[in-house]
Amino acid sequence: MSDETRTDGGAVSAAGSDQPAGLLAEIDAYRVALYLGLLAILAFFLIPIESGLVTSFKTSTGVSGTLPFAPPTPEVFTLAKWQTAFDALARGLVNSALYAVPATVISALLGSFAAYGITQSNWKPKYKAPILALFVAGIFIPYQAVLVPLSQFWSMVPLQEALGFVWALGISSDYTGVVELIVTHVAYGLPICTVLFRSYYKNMSEEMIEAARLDGASIRRVYRRIVLPLSGPMFAVVLIYQFTQIWNDLLFTLVLVQTESSTAAPIVLILAGLGQSLEGQDFALRMAGAFIAALPTLAVYIMFGEEFAEGVAT
Amino acid sequence: MASHNDDTEESGDAVTDGGVVEEQQQTGFGPITKLNERFGSDFVESSQFWLPPFLLVGLFVYGAIIWNVMISLTDFQGFGTPDYSDLDLEMYARALSDSGFVDAAVNTFVLLIGFTLVTLAIGLGLAILIDRNIRFENTFRTIYLLPMSLSFVVTAQFWAWMYNFNNGVINIVLTSVGLDRVDWIGSPNIVLWAVVFALMWQFAGYAMVVYLAGLRAIPDEHYEAAKVDGASTLRMYWRVIIPQLKGSTISASVVLMVFALKAFDFLYSLVGGYRPPNGADILATKMVREAYANLNWAYSSAIAIMLFLMALSIVGPYLYYQYKEGHL
Repeated sequence: MSDETRTDGGAVSAAGSDQPAGLLAEIDAYRVALYLGLLAILAFFLIPIESGLVTSFKTSTGVSGTLPFAPPTPEVFTLAKWQTAFDALARGLVNSALYAVPATVISALLGSFAAYGITQSNWKPKYKAPILALFVAGIFIPYQAVLVPLSQFWSMVPLQEALGFVWALGISSDYTGVVELIVTHVAYGLPICTVLFRSYYKNMSEEMIEAARLDGASIRRVYRRIVLPLSGPMFAVVLIYQFTQIWNDLLFTLVLVQTESSTAAPIVLILAGLGQSLEGQDFALRMAGAFIAALPTLAVYIMFGEEFAEGVAT
Repeated sequence: MASHNDDTEESGDAVTDGGVVEEQQQTGFGPITKLNERFGSDFVESSQFWLPPFLLVGLFVYGAIIWNVMISLTDFQGFGTPDYSDLDLEMYARALSDSGFVDAAVNTFVLLIGFTLVTLAIGLGLAILIDRNIRFENTFRTIYLLPMSLSFVVTAQFWAWMYNFNNGVINIVLTSVGLDRVDWIGSPNIVLWAVVFALMWQFAGYAMVVYLAGLRAIPDEHYEAAKVDGASTLRMYWRVIIPQLKGSTISASVVLMVFALKAFDFLYSLVGGYRPPNGADILATKMVREAYANLNWAYSSAIAIMLFLMALSIVGPYLYYQYKEGHL
């Protein structure tokens, strides 16, 4: 208790300086109000998620007949919506992983390369600045500004023919879209990866690198022997951030894969149309689907919350 | 620790990366030497690291934008390929006389400003509360930031349910305190603010994280000096602390505005289609709808360019500011 007293805000100490007897009561009230406020905000952030979670376990009569945030009673409890949602989304889970994982790894690696080449090598800053500026500005481009050329580009590249040997193995040629998504996500994810790595490399000790260079190590060897082994923490940040971004993105999947009936449809594309029919919306199904789609990023967030926070704060 | 093999290979020259470079450096006449003289000693050798990513970004980002400008000057629509022989500004004129475009532009603007201001204010409030030496700080922070890790597609499902007319949490709460139900998604005058609120829920945690970093960077003496002067907590924050968060405010608002420009995913998933609820059409959704539902490629490109210019007018000054401050 005494610890908290000392670390408190200015109002309390200013008000309590000439009436020490009332101090403790006042601080108690203040701390109680503070924690109540924090808990109320906590509830605000959790209610949409909580309401979705309990609803996903309710039958259709339960959805319309019970309070949206009340847990399902035994009469209206069902796992059927999760089962239906999983059947609809299972293929999407696999498809999303097929492009999200490679695109994440490649963009992180290339981002590290680019940041290293620009930051830790000796050439004139006045020529580095415009290259860096183009990378930074690339983070903020609204993707709508490149969509039409992007679809034109991928309709011109004979990727489906070039990958003919893959389809010959019995894999659906719909998966051309997955390859396109990998390249596209790498290209548009590179700017943020580069900037994150740059902020890290800028603060890296230069002495070791300079010493290695003076000893005659090539730029490539300095990267492999010194910079890459020291980049672990930043790789964690970038991989987590990029994976979340790529997994969650809808726009590129919509443009490059187009239909949710495609064999290669990513999970977000299937989810966007799930539970909507002419008879009305099946909210329990939509909620169950939302949780299945969110599971991978939620798992990553719960395990690596610190790294995620670092990634968004930079 | 260099392997023995590498050492013997590279013993000939100090800075080597393959024989070509080495030879030309010794003769001193090759184009590579000239490049290195002009740009700095590592220019060519380091280019193996930064040049391929740079070309990829250059092609997909900047090449595509230039291409987009070209397409916006044609009359390209339907199937087939664009005809670049007849370029004019017709599509831009069409946009300005299209009431749907003007509405979408106004909505984009409202969303951008409304969402950014509300989220910054809430985020700052959260950061100040979190910064009051509380226990379980990490737990609170983690949960406040949690919605940001979710996809727009997922949060749109949650909020479609929250805003549901008959059974949504918000209307249930309203009726329980004696107020009338509100058709949040169906009323053209309200839906945009409903979207702003949902996006605020998703990104307030982000603003909090940025502000928290800013608050922690302020030296303790500033707090103590204000206390010694007898300033109240409110006054201390208003006069002493908030003015020092200018940098945090600028970078958070730029990122938030960019998120708002990308609200397409949210609006698409809210209804499961290209047509957002009446009153919530923004440039991002209109552009995609014109292109992929109506096949008006040139027209949608023109809308995209105007959206891009909008983003540029926000980001350009920000990048210049960062450059001036030496953060680039």
